[in-house]
Amino acid sequence: MAVSSPPVYDRLSLRQRLALRGIDGVTILVLPAVLFLLAVFVYPFIYGLILSFTPKEGGIFANYQKFFSDPFLYDTILTTLWLAVPVTVISIALALPIAFRVRLMTRQRLLTTILVLPVTLGTVLVAEGLLNYLGPQGWFSRTLMLLGMIDRPLKLTNNYWGVFSSLIITGFPFTFLLTLSYVTGIDPALEQAAATHGAKSWQRFRFVLLPLLIPGLAIAFCLSFVQAFAVFPSAVLLGAPAGPTRVISIAAYQAAFEQYDYSMASAIAMIMAAVQLAIVVAILAIRNLFYRGSTAGGKG
Amino acid sequence: MLLASSPFQEIRLDRMSRAFGAHNALKDVSLSIRKGEFIALLGPSGCGKSTALNCIAGLLATTGGGIFIDDKRIDTLKPEDRGFGMVFQNYALFPHMTVRQNIGFGLKMRSVAKAETDKRVEEALNLVRLQGQGHKLPGQLSGGQQQRVAIARAIVIEPPLVLMDEPLSNLDAKLRLEMRAEIRRIHNQLGATTIYVTHDQDEALSLADRIVVLRDGEIRQVGAPSDLYERPDHLDVAEFMGYRNRLTGKVVSVDGARVSVSVGNATLSGTARDSLKTGDAAVIAARADDVEAGQRSEHTVEAVVETIEYRGREFVGTARTAEGLELVFHAPQTAALGSSIWLAIDPARALAFAA
Repeated sequence: MAVSSPPVYDRLSLRQRLALRGIDGVTILVLPAVLFLLAVFVYPFIYGLILSFTPKEGGIFANYQKFFSDPFLYDTILTTLWLAVPVTVISIALALPIAFRVRLMTRQRLLTTILVLPVTLGTVLVAEGLLNYLGPQGWFSRTLMLLGMIDRPLKLTNNYWGVFSSLIITGFPFTFLLTLSYVTGIDPALEQAAATHGAKSWQRFRFVLLPLLIPGLAIAFCLSFVQAFAVFPSAVLLGAPAGPTRVISIAAYQAAFEQYDYSMASAIAMIMAAVQLAIVVAILAIRNLFYRGSTAGGKG
Repeated sequence: MLLASSPFQEIRLDRMSRAFGAHNALKDVSLSIRKGEFIALLGPSGCGKSTALNCIAGLLATTGGGIFIDDKRIDTLKPEDRGFGMVFQNYALFPHMTVRQNIGFGLKMRSVAKAETDKRVEEALNLVRLQGQGHKLPGQLSGGQQQRVAIARAIVIEPPLVLMDEPLSNLDAKLRLEMRAEIRRIHNQLGATTIYVTHDQDEALSLADRIVVLRDGEIRQVGAPSDLYERPDHLDVAEFMGYRNRLTGKVVSVDGARVSVSVGNATLSGTARDSLKTGDAAVIAARADDVEAGQRSEHTVEAVVETIEYRGREFVGTARTAEGLELVFHAPQTAALGSSIWLAIDPARALAFAA
């Protein structure tokens, strides 16, 4: 007996085949974003990269050679790191306990608003304010003198500490909000479970909460660090831009707009990017050593 | 042997209370729990059963009364100093620790030696039948396996008291039955004193030595499962224990514990659970199992079939009386929707309460 052959269907249409690969009408919507990224990020980056290898004089690596042979230039890396790393570490160290407390509060929003306010002020306003407040005739020194804790004004502006405090004030809210979101993301039942099984508060933090927070804190560190590493306005306004707070962006600025050497400025920008990238990659590599999955205690 | 060391006689709740502002979530709850007993706290949601459990665990402070182990007051202690084990509704396993580390957590916090810890964790793994799964992370386990880990973590520390907060409510129906048997088996094996919170009367009936029914933060009735099932003290407890049919009428005669109540044209009888006398308003309460469709008589109620389901051995349906009352019944044969049937209520099983 002849077996009837199964019916043959037409091949799938082009639209169906594209849809199977996840390409459909909505895909077109990413086009403006792609063009935008190409125009304002990828092109300038490649342009700058090439520019940095076409110095005014010398071989293609002349700018980089010059940078790494002149302590006035290469010291800016250390100067910037010396600002950005402590600022980031201290911001996170401050944000963590505050986030743990805020997590339990019912009026989170009010406190969050107060903490976030500095972000909206902008670095220049904060710098101007700090110049007055922390200056030799400012409230801070005068109050301490009135209390008899010091006998002459503290020097807190036009040096390292001026830039440091300005970076903390403008960077902290950002770090705090990130940290808070990670802290509140941990299922409260985990801490309760740890407590009922005998963990004291320090042990709960050390063995349950901290390991779950490390991946988030690593991200918060990277983002806060990159932000602090690019410090410019406060380093000029509140710091000593010729000396202790001559950060790398000041070096790039001077190359570009005081010496009109755009090629050198591009090289400095590339070095700046490389340093940031190296730190971020290192942090993310460390992060990979830790558990990175869900921070919920179970299903459902 | 696990749980060899917990020398105490009883755990006593003495007028334990918890208020949230003006709202009393828990009012003067007093209860004595003997060592080795399995207690179920049963009640609808919002009755205060989870509040009670959290107060006992120390996760929530009490606002009145005390909790004692023998004569030692413990409600003033922090949760970590009470030494209880707890199984949470969503398991609350530490997601970054392996199964073995999760189970050993309580031992680590108690600074138990490594060799001893390994031995006890292995015993616990065997007890909950998770041999060979110790190296996995909780995320790699199924819901039922995660719950086994949570149970092992709670009992490995040999606590005087194990608290379970609706541990089966996140599992599917089949797994729930399996785990129920599992919890019973583990309890039989270890004899750990357990307080088990649930809103599921079947769970409470099958697991508990004694059931505590809570309502609006107060204890309504305490008793063995068969007491609650057959002799609920109050109408609301009866409702919760499955007496879904409630017919209101007037008492026409009282004969010892047997009361006859006229409901519409029918005269129904049941065992009095309140003191009733002729002329009182009364409610006859009965389970679907004890309401059967059959021949018309002076003891049957007429109703119109609204739904009917096949349950294998029999049919279970709902029918509405002329007064608009919905009754749940069982029947040996199916009945057409919209047809009139006569429902007889087994007088030996029905209960009569004051209305």
